[in-house]
Amino acid sequence: MAGAGGGSNDVQWCFSQVKGAIDDDVAEADIISTVEFNHSGELLATGDKGGRVVIFQQEIEKSQPQCRSEYNVYSTFQSHEPEFDYLKSLEIEEKINKIRWLPQKNAAQFLLSTNDKTIKLWKISERDKRPEGYNLKEEDGRYIDPNTVTALRVPVFRPMDLMVEASPRRVFANAHTYHINSISINSDHETYLSADDLRINLWHQEITDRSFNIVDIKPANMEELTEVITAAEFHPHQCNTFVYSSSKGTIRLCDMRASALCDTHSKLFEEPEDPSNRSFFSEIISSISDVKFSHNGRYMMIRDYLSVKIWDLNMENRPVETYQVHEYLRSKLCSLYENDCIFDKFECCWNGNDSVVMTGSYNNFFRMFDRGQRRDVTLEASREGSKPQQVLKPRKVCADGKRKKDEISVDSLDFNKKILHTAWHPQDNIIAVATTNNLYIFQDKVN
Amino acid sequence: MYSKGTKRKFSDGVDNKAVAASYSLQRQSLLDMSLLKLQLCHMLAEPNLCRSVLIANTVRQIQEEMAHDGSWQVVTEALGGSGHGPSDRLVDTEVLCQSPEQQDSGPKLYSVMGYDGCREEEVVTDKALCSVVVGDRSPAFLLGTIGHCWDRGELRVEDGVSKDSGTGDEEGTRSGEGAKLATGQVFGTFEIKNGAPGSDPALEELFSDVDASYYDLDTTLTGMQSAPKMGPYDFLDSLASSHGPVSNSSCRADLNELDHIMEIIVGS
Repeated sequence: MAGAGGGSNDVQWCFSQVKGAIDDDVAEADIISTVEFNHSGELLATGDKGGRVVIFQQEIEKSQPQCRSEYNVYSTFQSHEPEFDYLKSLEIEEKINKIRWLPQKNAAQFLLSTNDKTIKLWKISERDKRPEGYNLKEEDGRYIDPNTVTALRVPVFRPMDLMVEASPRRVFANAHTYHINSISINSDHETYLSADDLRINLWHQEITDRSFNIVDIKPANMEELTEVITAAEFHPHQCNTFVYSSSKGTIRLCDMRASALCDTHSKLFEEPEDPSNRSFFSEIISSISDVKFSHNGRYMMIRDYLSVKIWDLNMENRPVETYQVHEYLRSKLCSLYENDCIFDKFECCWNGNDSVVMTGSYNNFFRMFDRGQRRDVTLEASREGSKPQQVLKPRKVCADGKRKKDEISVDSLDFNKKILHTAWHPQDNIIAVATTNNLYIFQDKVN
Repeated sequence: MYSKGTKRKFSDGVDNKAVAASYSLQRQSLLDMSLLKLQLCHMLAEPNLCRSVLIANTVRQIQEEMAHDGSWQVVTEALGGSGHGPSDRLVDTEVLCQSPEQQDSGPKLYSVMGYDGCREEEVVTDKALCSVVVGDRSPAFLLGTIGHCWDRGELRVEDGVSKDSGTGDEEGTRSGEGAKLATGQVFGTFEIKNGAPGSDPALEELFSDVDASYYDLDTTLTGMQSAPKMGPYDFLDSLASSHGPVSNSSCRADLNELDHIMEIIVGS
């Protein structure tokens, strides 16, 4: 039986599609830096290091007995360009750090995309009709001499090939001294937050020339800096509540009703340190790289270097669930520190009904943890497993020397092949997994 | 050597001494690696602040532990004679990933001045973000570090010497600040603190032929003479924000000029 995944039935994950270049020579600009489904799951957006956003649209083939869906390119645009900060003589990378979709209000789609310094609101709209039959213009746009017009007609809309346009509607700039790591849209559908290493700002979606600073952890003396903000997110339903995580492994929940500046937290989620596991790397591996609320808003999940932890918002002293992602790396921390892998920021995500969580690992492995059934599985995103509808085979890493057949030893893992970004369709068992420069889409066999 | 989880006690016994020495060496190599990382990260477009903070905290942790179990002397002796680079001492990861044999709860404060008779010269760089605390018994190591910094042409000698008059006060308060300040140098500006009398003769010799008049010129240009000690992040931040110290407003514009002066001093 393959692929323990989630829900009441066993999910069998199958390869569906892979996007991106096939060759091993990875162009730096093509490195995927963020992946995000929209609220309906119909659209899937990716951002890359070159500042581009590629949006895929789901097309469901209803002809087949099993509804298979395919994601095809819908729109591609250059969201951010490289910039130069003349004041500091530093380059500002165009890499897209995060994309967040706005809830859909009309025919057009809106998303926020951000690099290190600037957030942009993009409108993606379709055009499938065009007006024809102008009186004063030819079809190719040339103007007709009015004196030659003898009759008048009403222009009509005629269908045309679908054209998807992306246009920047707002640019939210100059509000962050440090690198933006998170953006999160509020449930009030009016505001959103952006977080950098030391500050969190609150914006109104319509107003670009000002933002409110709601968290500031910058010390008066920078030499006393020992902790930075690593991620932040609004609560999915309570528009006054947000959380932010730190490099020391703590999460703070803040209530914007309490005061204008939320430096004082309402709740502090901190797990006491395990003294038996203490080492020089304890703090680094406790640094939280991602925080995500569950869809129902009762839990939040954090990802640190070796584990995924789920916290109940009502209990601050310890997480309710802890899942080891790749515990076999604990004895390799010094090497991982040397090659900087220990600083990799893995993300994590929930499935639609909050029963399964997923995160990435090395060697193009990704892990799923079924909370209800207490099962976990390791799968691989690779070209070898990429025949259409091929069921993914569970992988296993062997920590000690006794390697069984089909297992991979820790020393054979490729630490350059890391899956940092994953996304789960909001309703269905469809997942998007980003390797360095490829996007894999896997689906449940019985969709 | 030792399987994971085995506790090593710093007690008597030849075996234990060997293990302790091995652990010390490995800890030192981790410290060197961390310092190297801090140096390198500053060369990038803009350092990843989270990574820098985590590395700096690790450095601080190591230094606290080393100071606590009296390893400073051992370290400086080991370093004074050998010419090993940090990469030569990268060893098995197992030991370092285990708990240190001594772990006292609570913050470890130690006096920067006169610890075990070891007077410490703090050589720090701002752009290098390198903190080296050495005793006066290992001038070779000190020179090695300085030599490295010279090569990169980022030595701002003027700042340190011109602050001589001011460092007297700083030295006094430093002993109370303990570990925090020693590793706070990680974010500190590049200066040679020669405030204490009888400073390292090797340092004096290095800078003996540097024309003092340049110091004044530079402090005028950078306006840093009376500015509070700032880390590179603070520096960058003050440049970006309008409420930074006013004296720094002319810094950036004159950095090219500073580079030019540096070339003259270095004698390239």
